[in-house]
Amino acid sequence: MLKKNPDDLGLFGKFWYYVLLILGALVSIFPFYWMFVVGTNDKGAVFHVPPLLTIGDQFIDNFKRVLDKADFFQALGNSLFVSAMVTISVVFFCTLAGYAFAKYEFPFKNVLFYFVIATLFVPQQLGVLPTYVIMAKLHWIDSFKALIVPAMVNAFGIFWMRQYISTAVHTELIEAGRIDGGGHFRIFWNIAIPVITPAMATLGILNFMTVWNDFFWPLVVLKNKEHFTIQIALQQLFTTRDGLDYGMIMSATFTATLPLLVVFLLFSRWVIAGLTSGAVKS
Amino acid sequence: MAEPVLASPHAESKRPFLTEQRRSRITAYTFISPFFILFSIFGLYPIFFTIYLSFFKWDALGPMKFVGMKNYDLVTSDPTFWISFSNTLIMGLMGTVPQIILALLLAVLLHSGMTKFKKTFRILYFMPNITSIVAVTLVFSTLFGNNGMINWMLNGLGLDSMAFNSGWWGVKIAISTMVMWRWTGYNAIIFLSGLQSIPMDLYEAARIDGANRRQQLTFITLPLLRPFIVFVTLLSTIGALQLFTEPYVFLGQSGTGSTRQEGITMVTYLYSEAFRNGFFGTAAATAVLLFLVTIIFSLLNMLASSRMGGDTGGKKA
Repeated sequence: MLKKNPDDLGLFGKFWYYVLLILGALVSIFPFYWMFVVGTNDKGAVFHVPPLLTIGDQFIDNFKRVLDKADFFQALGNSLFVSAMVTISVVFFCTLAGYAFAKYEFPFKNVLFYFVIATLFVPQQLGVLPTYVIMAKLHWIDSFKALIVPAMVNAFGIFWMRQYISTAVHTELIEAGRIDGGGHFRIFWNIAIPVITPAMATLGILNFMTVWNDFFWPLVVLKNKEHFTIQIALQQLFTTRDGLDYGMIMSATFTATLPLLVVFLLFSRWVIAGLTSGAVKS
Repeated sequence: MAEPVLASPHAESKRPFLTEQRRSRITAYTFISPFFILFSIFGLYPIFFTIYLSFFKWDALGPMKFVGMKNYDLVTSDPTFWISFSNTLIMGLMGTVPQIILALLLAVLLHSGMTKFKKTFRILYFMPNITSIVAVTLVFSTLFGNNGMINWMLNGLGLDSMAFNSGWWGVKIAISTMVMWRWTGYNAIIFLSGLQSIPMDLYEAARIDGANRRQQLTFITLPLLRPFIVFVTLLSTIGALQLFTEPYVFLGQSGTGSTRQEGITMVTYLYSEAFRNGFFGTAAATAVLLFLVTIIFSLLNMLASSRMGGDTGGKKA
């Protein structure tokens, strides 16, 4: 038999190739489906033997109990507000800094840039106690400022924007702009920004997801129910002493996951491209 | 907005203070300053203050009292700290090692031959990573319940049920599974982008020289993938040492369960010392110890990976 391409797996190989890939994909998405199954069935569904795998019609009832127990939409709104504020600010400041590191010459540029990179390796927990104390001194405990202000710019964003800007924005264009008398910020705004919007969008989405899903810091600084982010609100649903109502919990997690899932599916190409090019390539 | 033209002709003779070079330097420093200002306040200062704090007894309200190394003595003589330490390492190993191997296999699978549905598979495999850890943990706590689906499957295979929410190993298996589910696809996609960056003609040349699949893997793919493996391993190690949300939520059903010994991690220990017991000094000492452990493991990681392939390849970040 003639083998044209040594990479050709043959019919048998192809079959197993797809079986493995599909099995893996099923494992990846099953918990999402399971969330929906439990959220739409009655209380006993979680521990049904054999496991119940069909979607029920109890979603509204389950979700009503969520609204009795928690300010679900308030928490969703809080998360949306905090994530949006942080994202807008991160994208703006990281783009500015990345632009400066990519296109300007100034003393200590490399040292400063390596410093930025080095901060990526410092665990958040190392500074969490004094940061808490600072927040207490500023009277920012239990306010969104405590979540937003420290997160307004980050090292990954600067790194990621610098990588993109150094190849995407041509130095000649900037110089031409300078000669024509454009101010530095004006050139940044009118010449650089339009070219780098895809990178900004990717950074924005990645950052939005990170802030939306953050748990540790909100748990530390938020005290009052009306300020809870959605993650804290979800966790609160789980800490009841009188038996766990999984139908209720899962209808809540599903509703909380849905917006992010939709956004991800709409922008997945950007998210994945951003992830893979920002990760290692220098 | 046009730049102001220098008004007086005398200015021509003297060099203006704001030369083009100075102006652009000032601009650059202004552009990067938000990061450095915020990091000084919420990053650098807290780090040094944590180290300082670790030598004091303090409840975050009253006066601070210098106690020297006593906090470190207290922490290192607390058996719970050592349980949290060994738990972190065990769950770190259980969650990281199989995860990276699986991710590599998955990336190779996704990369090889078939381009059909590649994009769809990438999206499906990435989906676990976008869900919040809280939601993931809640879902898995039903799957790992006493009468949950995992035990049902174990029984189906003729095995005994496991106490995933209270047993020493059960809790660790459940938590490591959550970590793996969330991160395997993410790492696979990073590996995949590494695989795609390897030029195809290298393989062609090797094939012409008579290299078989295995030789291609060990002499081309793995060495060229090394920077990616180092990166992923390093990030996974750092992430594993900071494990908090999964055990906190998974074991937190009764409100106080998050410090249960089967699943307490170093960060959980730190959290409960500071924000539950009000011992900021010992919590600070724990943070410093955690940081030291992180450095040691990162260095070990680097050391192991520099042994892995001889020369350092093209690793430059």
